[in-house]
Amino acid sequence: MSLAHQISEAIERPPLAARAWNLARIAGAAFLAFWGLVGLGLLIYLVRKWNPELFATYAPQYMKGLWITIQLVAISIFFGALLSIPIAYGRMSKNRIASSLAYAYVYFFRGTPLLAQTFLIYYGVGSFRPQLEAIGLWGILREAWYCGIIAFSLNTAAYQAEILRGAIQSIPLGQWEGAAALGLNKWQTMRKIIAPQALIVALRPYGNELILMIKGSAIVSIITVYDLMGETRRAFSRSFDFQTYIWAAIIYLAIVEVLRRAIDWLELKITKHLIR
Amino acid sequence: MLTLLSWGPEGWLDEIMSGVLVTVSLALSTLPVGLALGFLVALAKQSSEPNLRKAGNIYTTIFRGLPELLTLFLIYFGVALPLFTYLFPNSGDQFTSFIAGMIALAFVFSSYASEVFLSAFRAIPRGQYEGGYAIGLSHARTMWLIILPQLVRIALPGLSNLWLILLKDTSLVSAIGLSDILRQTSIAARVTKEPFLLFGFACLVYLLLAMISSIGIGGIEKWTNRREATK
Repeated sequence: MSLAHQISEAIERPPLAARAWNLARIAGAAFLAFWGLVGLGLLIYLVRKWNPELFATYAPQYMKGLWITIQLVAISIFFGALLSIPIAYGRMSKNRIASSLAYAYVYFFRGTPLLAQTFLIYYGVGSFRPQLEAIGLWGILREAWYCGIIAFSLNTAAYQAEILRGAIQSIPLGQWEGAAALGLNKWQTMRKIIAPQALIVALRPYGNELILMIKGSAIVSIITVYDLMGETRRAFSRSFDFQTYIWAAIIYLAIVEVLRRAIDWLELKITKHLIR
Repeated sequence: MLTLLSWGPEGWLDEIMSGVLVTVSLALSTLPVGLALGFLVALAKQSSEPNLRKAGNIYTTIFRGLPELLTLFLIYFGVALPLFTYLFPNSGDQFTSFIAGMIALAFVFSSYASEVFLSAFRAIPRGQYEGGYAIGLSHARTMWLIILPQLVRIALPGLSNLWLILLKDTSLVSAIGLSDILRQTSIAARVTKEPFLLFGFACLVYLLLAMISSIGIGGIEKWTNRREATK
């Protein structure tokens, strides 16, 4: 125990003033009690509605749906990341045509709803059936699953391209000049100097994009992909039991919350050298 | 082909335009509710009272963590549909869907807006409050006359982003049967068997709405910055 601590222990202080029951304190207690009641009510609801048969029927379905959701998000994020590199390059390019094409791509996919894009691809491919049959792609594009992956990859590519561009442009020009002065070529500069710094900046936006994709993936259930949301809708339409939606909400909330905390933790880890 | 996109009995433009009207009115009626809720939650989250902060954070965690579509279904099937069929048995599904969509979108919007407001609150230095109290303004008047005008200016870019997201999220209500742009287009696509053309057109309509909003937001931005000292 330090000396300062001992001294501060020895000093006799006046007692802390009692916290008054002002408006803020009453409101805080009331709102917290409200959430407590909501939680308790939900718990009682789930316990009273507990139905082993329902659980036995649909729990495996939910797990299957969850796995579909995870696959969909992972595959889309992967292909979106690949696609985002040329788009980000185009956005930063000095070539007028390349940069306006990349801008149009980003503007279109960020300016229209994901659901509309998914419909455009899923229903829209029907308009090109003869051409697609001729090149043998019809078998793939007829399936909702592949249409979902294509729509989500194209959508997330636009967002990821902007994240990448923002991160790269946040690195000061001096870093490029320093690397050039050391005789590194452009590719080496990118890989050894810019990318490590840019990825730290990009971590949080990438994490947010991942969470947005998980939440957004629920809409594939509308085009008949049985992801977690799709399984939930199927379970509800068969059992008319509202707890099916509650369980889905709990699963989604848990995933998003765990991911959010994981990203916070990761950011803390990799920015340790930046905290003074 | 273009006759499909014309006005009148052969074309679908009038149907799609009625969908535009529904989309825009849904987004516009959600906005004030979402802003007010978001502001209140932000007030709670920056309060000195720990319980109030905790309650605000629970709100944000829930509505930012749930998929928008699930929030919509929870409110539609869990609250609006049973309640409305009980209260107003002959109100019609469009009314129920509209209200459910409005509430769900307002919850989602406000949970994001509260974060925008919160960071704007944190950007305003303590001295601004103290200055207000020093010249004898009450807490509420300080908030209204000194903090709020600065807050709006700081929060505007974040809020305009949220408005564009809201405009896109309204498309989800087509899943609960509200005749918005996307639902009208789906009907048209099914009837005419020209899905690519019609959904492409719907996307362009959304883009157009986004562009109009950007122009409007630019105007508001200029108006809020009119008294900003030029640096």
